[in-house]
Amino acid sequence: MEGAADRVLCLEIPPRAEFVAVARLVVSTAAKSRRALADDRVADLTLALSEACTNAIEAHGAKEEADRVTVRVDEDDERLVVTVEDRGPGFDLMELPTHPAVTDPNRLNFERGLGIPIIRNLVDEVTFTSDEGGTTVTLVLRCPPSIAGMGPDELLELEDVDLEAAWDDEVTQ
Amino acid sequence: MDLGIEVDDSRPPHVVVAVRGEVDIATAPKLREKLVELASQGAKQVVVDLDGVEFLDSTGLGVLIGGMKRLRGLDGDLTLVCTQPRILKVFEITGLNRAFTIYETVDAALAG
Repeated sequence: MEGAADRVLCLEIPPRAEFVAVARLVVSTAAKSRRALADDRVADLTLALSEACTNAIEAHGAKEEADRVTVRVDEDDERLVVTVEDRGPGFDLMELPTHPAVTDPNRLNFERGLGIPIIRNLVDEVTFTSDEGGTTVTLVLRCPPSIAGMGPDELLELEDVDLEAAWDDEVTQ
Repeated sequence: MDLGIEVDDSRPPHVVVAVRGEVDIATAPKLREKLVELASQGAKQVVVDLDGVEFLDSTGLGVLIGGMKRLRGLDGDLTLVCTQPRILKVFEITGLNRAFTIYETVDAALAG
């Protein structure tokens, strides 16, 4: 992935419906631990991820494909990047139906196909790449790193600091 | 992840369906089956209470749209109860908050 140096996690799930909840839990936990994100932003990312995983699993069903769906979380100083890669038959983004306006009664004919509009609304950037070998959806949240740029390892090291001694130093200066 | 569905038909002509848990690709079929069953049993005014729902995505929206269309086709309706901002947001960004009637309480839905 261009520009994002660090892999936070890579998760492979069977293309089955019950594993979407697992992906949501793992990615939302990673996002909260790595980045300074408001709860609403984590919820947005979790919903976008759920939509992407749902599409991935449905794509596998269409191809009767037993391969795994791969979910990756990467980060750099400015972004958290979540990638969902399936090995389904791919699709043509240009051929997605355009939903009628919500005031049009025909709008209710669209019980499906709401996922991609939802994704577009929730994350800062989204890209789709698709061919006959599968589809990759990349979700980008622009967000600062957690607590002053420190990752969990550095935060754990902080716990080793003698806070009482540090406090004494502070008040005696 | 299990989806809790409780049906209260003690306040005719309404049937209140209280949903708890996460509504996604894995659990939405259970809700669809329940709505289809209620419609086939003659229910017309169905109130789906979403206040116990922690997560809802487009699969859940699709089931609710399907239920509403089915009931309106039978001269009935499907209305919603929801006050949670995160769940309401899914309806707002898809514009479906204008297709559904969404109440703040079950009592308001029953009076509506």
